[in-house]
Amino acid sequence: MTAVKKSVFVLSLVPFAVLIFNAVTDNLGTNPIEAIRLFTGDWTLYFLLLTLAVTPARRMFHWNELIRYRRMLGLYAFFYANLHFFSYLILDQFFDWQEIWKDVLKRPYITIGTAAFVLLIPLALTSTNNMMKRLGKNWKRLHSLIYITGTLGILHFLWLVKADVRKPLLLGAVLITLLVLRLPYLNVKNLVPGYLKNGRDPVRVD
Amino acid sequence: MLIKKPDDIQPSEITPESVYLERRKFIRNALYAGAAGTLALTVPGLVTGKEQTPPGTAELAPLGKLVKSPYSAKEELTPFEDVTTYNNFYEFGTDKSDPSEYSGRFKPRPWSIAVEGECANPGVFNLEDFIKPHKLEERIYRLRCVEAWSMVIPWVGIPLGAVLKRFEPNSNAKYVAFTTVFRPAEMPGQKRSVLEWPYVEGLRIDEAMHPLTILAVGLYGKVLPNQNGAPIRLVVPWKYGFKGIKSIVKIAFTRNQPPTTWNISAPSEYGFYSNVNPEVDHPRWSQHRERRIGEFRKRETLMFNGYAEQVASLYSGMDLAKNF
Repeated sequence: MTAVKKSVFVLSLVPFAVLIFNAVTDNLGTNPIEAIRLFTGDWTLYFLLLTLAVTPARRMFHWNELIRYRRMLGLYAFFYANLHFFSYLILDQFFDWQEIWKDVLKRPYITIGTAAFVLLIPLALTSTNNMMKRLGKNWKRLHSLIYITGTLGILHFLWLVKADVRKPLLLGAVLITLLVLRLPYLNVKNLVPGYLKNGRDPVRVD
Repeated sequence: MLIKKPDDIQPSEITPESVYLERRKFIRNALYAGAAGTLALTVPGLVTGKEQTPPGTAELAPLGKLVKSPYSAKEELTPFEDVTTYNNFYEFGTDKSDPSEYSGRFKPRPWSIAVEGECANPGVFNLEDFIKPHKLEERIYRLRCVEAWSMVIPWVGIPLGAVLKRFEPNSNAKYVAFTTVFRPAEMPGQKRSVLEWPYVEGLRIDEAMHPLTILAVGLYGKVLPNQNGAPIRLVVPWKYGFKGIKSIVKIAFTRNQPPTTWNISAPSEYGFYSNVNPEVDHPRWSQHRERRIGEFRKRETLMFNGYAEQVASLYSGMDLAKNF
């Protein structure tokens, strides 16, 4: 791992460290379980958006190095999604399967939140170099599931707030921007002649 | 109307506020000593720390001798610190910590309340005159928020029914409508239209006259902090917390059911009655259970928040799923 990559790795753990620190110092406020749920949910979405920002940023700023960090950011999204999911399962519901099942079936925001989480699992499992090779072309197709997870994640957030929709709308706007930047006619490949001589993305896996 | 009284609570059973605060302080200090030493040094600016007393609660005047009420719940009190820092009071912002952080500029005194509508003695009264004819009572009530958390709060207040009778409502007075003050300069949350301002609430006249319904002017034996609805707020313990309108400036007797803020905001989610009811879910989440602040496992939510014995008769024959 390069020094930059190590820094990204450590930086991505900072929110987790802050959470643990606040938990041990009784600094999570009056409703700590709710605080953990909200915090890990926020950071799942931030990392999903960061992951989705890699490709447009790479193209816009001609900054191919960025691709090196995409997998790590994606796995961190999965990491925070796990914390979020299990904080609901364990801290909030305490393995009350009947209640959880009812929630998943009856509460649309929980249904789509669960779906978004489940869709991340195959992506995490196939994130290794080996799986990339084995899946070939299908790898990219499979990993386009992240667009669905991102969208469901934002909807999940938007659907659960009571009245103040500023934050989910802001994150939704970021997501839409990142998706629009992927549209073919906005693609830098078409705007900058000769940008990619071989016509392929300079995907580099390391 | 037959009102059954629950068992009395022995004053000796109530843990004094100072003991709660001491206990929390002790735990906090012990944990700080261990963890802060290691992590705070490596991550500067991380430690915000909790204040010793929640903002705006240091100089609250004590309210003197209070009448103990037979209506008080016999349950462990939610610590003062939690009651005064975890609030839904959108006039100061939509985060739970906003009311305690941003209500410092709010001036609850001098204060006056306008009484209007279908009654013989309408008028505008200053707060002191409004309260004076009544003896202050301590009422320890469960508070159940529509967001499925709950607290036990020792309110100080006066029965709303006794207050309303002074204004001699006439036979047209079928409902009572309440309005919160509108002061965007002092209430930063009112600068944005998250909800329609000013906040309005209402009760059916028999709900308003019910002996459990109070106007609170304090909690934990002291004057009501700004973040909890100073200087005077409604408390209806068998309804979801948002029915307890805060910082009241107007009370009107009306013929028709008055509009209520959350119902205007989302009619399919918040009804006029908003009685605590574990069988009728909020469309987006279950009302079956609740998290009592300070507890880990959720507990079952009780019909009418455990006040069914006293209030169920108000709604006999009504379809509570329809009149949610």
